[in-house]
Amino acid sequence: MMYIDNILFAIILIAGIGFFAKNVKELTRNINLGHDVNRTDHPSARWKNMAMIALGQSKMVKRPIAGFLHIIVYVGFIIINLEVLEIIIDGLFGTHRVFAFLGGFYGVLIGSFEVLAVLVLVAVAAFWIRRNVIQLKRFASSDLKGAPKKDADTILYFEVVLMSLFLIMNAFDLKFQDMNSGNIISQFLAPSPDVFSLEAVIIIERAAWWFHIIGILIFLNYLYYSKHLHILLAFPNTYFADLNAKGKLDNLESVTKEVKLMMDPNADPFAAQPVDENAVPGKFGASDVQDLNWVQLLNAYTCTECGRCTSSCPANQTGKKLSPRKIMMDTRDRLEEVGKNIDANKGVFVPDNKSLLNDYITAEELWACTSCNACVEECPVNISPLSIIIDMRRYLVMEQSAAPQSLNAMMANIENNGAPWQYNQQDRLNWKDEN
Amino acid sequence: MSEVVNVPTMAEMMAQGKQPEVLFWVGCAGSFDDRAKKITKAFVRILNRANVEFAVLGTEESCTGDPAKRAGNEFLFQMQAMMNIEVLNAYEAKKIVTACPHCFNTLKNEYPDLGGTYEVVHHTEFLKSLLDSGRLTIEGGQFKGKRITFHDPCYLGRANNIYEAPRDLIQKLDAELVEMKRSRANGLCCGAGGAQMFKDAEPGNKEVNIERTEDALETKPEIIAAGCPFCNTMMTDGVKAKEQEANVKVMDIAELIANAQDL
Repeated sequence: MMYIDNILFAIILIAGIGFFAKNVKELTRNINLGHDVNRTDHPSARWKNMAMIALGQSKMVKRPIAGFLHIIVYVGFIIINLEVLEIIIDGLFGTHRVFAFLGGFYGVLIGSFEVLAVLVLVAVAAFWIRRNVIQLKRFASSDLKGAPKKDADTILYFEVVLMSLFLIMNAFDLKFQDMNSGNIISQFLAPSPDVFSLEAVIIIERAAWWFHIIGILIFLNYLYYSKHLHILLAFPNTYFADLNAKGKLDNLESVTKEVKLMMDPNADPFAAQPVDENAVPGKFGASDVQDLNWVQLLNAYTCTECGRCTSSCPANQTGKKLSPRKIMMDTRDRLEEVGKNIDANKGVFVPDNKSLLNDYITAEELWACTSCNACVEECPVNISPLSIIIDMRRYLVMEQSAAPQSLNAMMANIENNGAPWQYNQQDRLNWKDEN
Repeated sequence: MSEVVNVPTMAEMMAQGKQPEVLFWVGCAGSFDDRAKKITKAFVRILNRANVEFAVLGTEESCTGDPAKRAGNEFLFQMQAMMNIEVLNAYEAKKIVTACPHCFNTLKNEYPDLGGTYEVVHHTEFLKSLLDSGRLTIEGGQFKGKRITFHDPCYLGRANNIYEAPRDLIQKLDAELVEMKRSRANGLCCGAGGAQMFKDAEPGNKEVNIERTEDALETKPEIIAAGCPFCNTMMTDGVKAKEQEANVKVMDIAELIANAQDL
């Protein structure tokens, strides 16, 4: 009977981590549905981006209030998780506060965790107020109606519960309180013997301890079903982000081949093309998630729906339907749908007569973009909604010839006379002699 | 204003066996748009004054393909790009200057992968280098103390991280540079990019250029300085819509410098 706690703990731990591993497998499978793009060049620049932007939060502080509050929660999250290590050892081996032998240093550690826990509670309260009381525009917009709003609040409640359990666990741990080192906050919450029997104190301490670790495992597994994956994916996402100048759009290689062939005077236009039986018919641009590249899909899972992109988007600010955040949320929702379809059909995607284009993202949204890069600039984790918008425009134009009429006229002009307007190329230098 | 005196073409240069110091890429707006042509001429007058040996492609220039690419027509973009690259490479162009941030971005970032690698600079950078090297001097007399606000073109600023060159030039005029609440990396688009210039906006509650013009007018400027022919159009239209055209001028940085020089 002695070991029953330890065995139970090991089972819960393995189940929690095992389920998480399963989620990670599914996540990587879905991300790899995107086509390949090489993002391993310039590793030192990539590590630097990751260190500055993900680890160092350099883009978060562009909006100082949210940035400051976020850093508290972020530091709290990382540091308090050191405590989890002790909990795991204690749980598996039946020890109690195994690191307590560190003496004064242990007190300093736990004391700083306690202070951080309180700061996190304050920051989370501020976040909740911003969402639910002040209702900042980017949190109250239609993108977040329904499930996304509930998801955001759930995450905040989770954090409140976890931090509170941590403080209660310390407060009701009589041995820890007797050490009187590191209980900076919890000493004020410590139970009075007049109110709580010794038995009650022990039960509460144990309950807080168990719920704390179970809560962490549940939270870990909630990530995959929430917008909160950014706590993990911000790191690969900033590493694999595009390093080029923001103004540079990729040149489609498939198009380059065809254009070169067209412009080669020695090419025989009637020559039979070599036939590759296995060749997948090429598609220009993207109408569904499988047409995007894996970094764009990673972007979709990384997005935490903060809405800085949308709040800086000129189209959105002037009442157009386009919301860069919605582009990312739609991409993820469709990717999840495709993933479930594959799971339900023994590993093969069975066409479901739906697509990212039209069923999730409309042409009206896509055509409202000015390609100004404000969304890309704003994103604290270097997501590019613009690259998805451009790939979908490419599909609309090159596969469906579905550009707005006025753009077709502009393109016809470029094709016929080398300018977006109807002027003759021979008149290009006339300005020289005009008054 | 004196007339433009000297605009050699690359073909003429080549006939004389000469290679210009810089190729001036005029762009479609700079060639055909009545407002932008004034910017082109102002820039040429400065080049003449500073004795810069430059040349244009003239009738051999064609659209870079930027609006086609941003509209999603990669075919048309690459056809334009490859034709232009053939011409540029035939003339062995090394350095290109342009007054259009869209041409600038496309030539600088998107042509190299297709075989066209050049040193590409925006005219504000080029003008600054002329001043820094002493080839051009300006006296700010005409603009001294004037309130000038600068609208960052997206394709110069965020797209290519060039924020200082145009501001340095404004300050050289002894003008009072006033910043809009949203500037540099936070600058709001004028509404023309991504091929929007050539279509009507989607339904909404406001035009982007009005929103941006309001940002600019909030600074109570005498002049709104631009560095892009499309931004210039959008801001000019915005100022008109706000019925401020009697009080506020929209001018390109090149025009400011040329005017300061009485060119």
